[in-house]
Amino acid sequence: MTLLRAIQLKKSFGSVMAADNVSVDITENEVIGIIGANGAGKTSFVNMITGYLKPDSGQILYEGRDITALVSRDITRLGICRSFQVPQVFSSATVFENLLIALGATQPSLGAMLRPLHQEERIREAEVLLERYSLTDYRGQESSLLPQGIRKLMDIAMAVVSHPRLLLLDEPTSGVSADEKFGIMDTIMTALKVTKVTTLFVEHDMEIIGRYAERVLAFYDGGIIADGPPGEVLENDQVRQYVIGEELHRAATDDQGAGHA
Amino acid sequence: MKFDKTEKGLAVALAIAALLSFVVPEWAVFLGTLAVSKCLVVFGCLVLWRTGLVSFGQALYFALGGYTVGMAGKYLGWTDAVLLTVLGTIVAGVMAAIISMLLARYREIFFAMFSMALSMILYGVLVKTEVLGSTDGFNVVVPTFFGYAPEGTELLISMFMLTLLVTLIAAVFVHRYLSSTLGHLTTAIKDNEIRVEYLGLSVFKAIQFKVILAGALAGTGGAITAFSVGHVDPDAMAYWTVSGEFVFITILSGTGSVAAPFLGALLFQVVRTYAFQYSPQTWQLVLGAVLLFLIMFIPDGLWSLVRRIRNKEVA
Repeated sequence: MTLLRAIQLKKSFGSVMAADNVSVDITENEVIGIIGANGAGKTSFVNMITGYLKPDSGQILYEGRDITALVSRDITRLGICRSFQVPQVFSSATVFENLLIALGATQPSLGAMLRPLHQEERIREAEVLLERYSLTDYRGQESSLLPQGIRKLMDIAMAVVSHPRLLLLDEPTSGVSADEKFGIMDTIMTALKVTKVTTLFVEHDMEIIGRYAERVLAFYDGGIIADGPPGEVLENDQVRQYVIGEELHRAATDDQGAGHA
Repeated sequence: MKFDKTEKGLAVALAIAALLSFVVPEWAVFLGTLAVSKCLVVFGCLVLWRTGLVSFGQALYFALGGYTVGMAGKYLGWTDAVLLTVLGTIVAGVMAAIISMLLARYREIFFAMFSMALSMILYGVLVKTEVLGSTDGFNVVVPTFFGYAPEGTELLISMFMLTLLVTLIAAVFVHRYLSSTLGHLTTAIKDNEIRVEYLGLSVFKAIQFKVILAGALAGTGGAITAFSVGHVDPDAMAYWTVSGEFVFITILSGTGSVAAPFLGALLFQVVRTYAFQYSPQTWQLVLGAVLLFLIMFIPDGLWSLVRRIRNKEVA
């Protein structure tokens, strides 16, 4: 079943085309990797789907419903959530409080919002999230003091509190040291499997794309130049030329395939 | 309903204050009434402060509460203290609801200046309104309490009791608001508005709620002050320095607990009263020096001292 359909999205910033006729269908339960050089339009695509940017023209349909004109908080309520390239957490609160607040925010009414934050059921839910995202060791620490990788995990844990059907992760491993990347991706992907959420993630590391994505979208200059299974897309000539770039030379000698882009 | 430690502590402290009012001299009861009614306004400042918002215009709602009481007495002949206090609160709250539609878009200095500008408009209007006594203001009716019409010391004590009761109710409400989901979220807004929006919540509405709550509380404080002083005038109620006083007390108190404003307001009232008595020409200088001292040595307010003592006890 098609969960999200983007139809001919266009967005320009002055003379730069951030999206030039982007059309894509996303089917339920897919795990999609988005690749592309800086400025190719990956984040703009995520921003348009989540209502942070309005496309100049085109349409976004979610479960058949037009969500193009909605603001981000309404889109969140419909079940599309996202994480950020730079983790957006409440820095002065502890990890546990961050999760509690995020869980509290899913309350539907003002009356429910005025009930105490610390409620048994919510605390239990927060504990489950801590466990699932390997955050238990950092439970009581103030989030401004934590390493980037941990803040990334927090950011994602906070994005899934409302049980979204579609989750967009904007560079989940950027700013994370190379030897921690796979550990973090494993944690994220295992956690997301449990909740069965359709996932799109923007990523620069082709190894991560190869390992976790079932389908890859390659962006170049505001458009999608390749769409298909990772093996196919990563071997695509245009993708090699425009996205993976000079890594090509290394790929010839490196038996790992494409390296870090 | 269950009450937690802070709520019980406040109830006990205010009960002691109520009992004390029978033994201490009249001027002390009067001073106490003014200090506690200022607390109400400061609760509102505290609520805003938690989101990093400073209002330099709470005098707007303070004056509205006071003038509502005065005018209802003058034109409608109403005298019941409880009824008029509720009325003052509602009028100020409605005004805050209207203003919040504009104000909730602004942050930081813009929020502070915009709120001040609006309050100075009211000041300007009051100064020019002759039927309300212009700069002289007018006298407020003597309050009655459900038909009971005390005089002299009894009136003073009755007013003090009412003030304590109203403030206790307000304190419990604000305390619960701060520990509620919404209360925590609005603190979170200070940290990260983007995240709050992406959690599916309207930052605008959350701030609007705060502005309205703070406005209504300031209205309550103004209504009670009008009764206690027996007089309202623009300079004592609507001028920007009045708003400044509330901000001063908020800094003095600290925003760690709903109990903090009681300490702050009391100390402020004492310092101000004595400074005025002993150096009538330079009392502002004394207040200024106190503020400077506080910002330099106890930037988190008096409440941080209480917390420090407590932590020492635990350790």
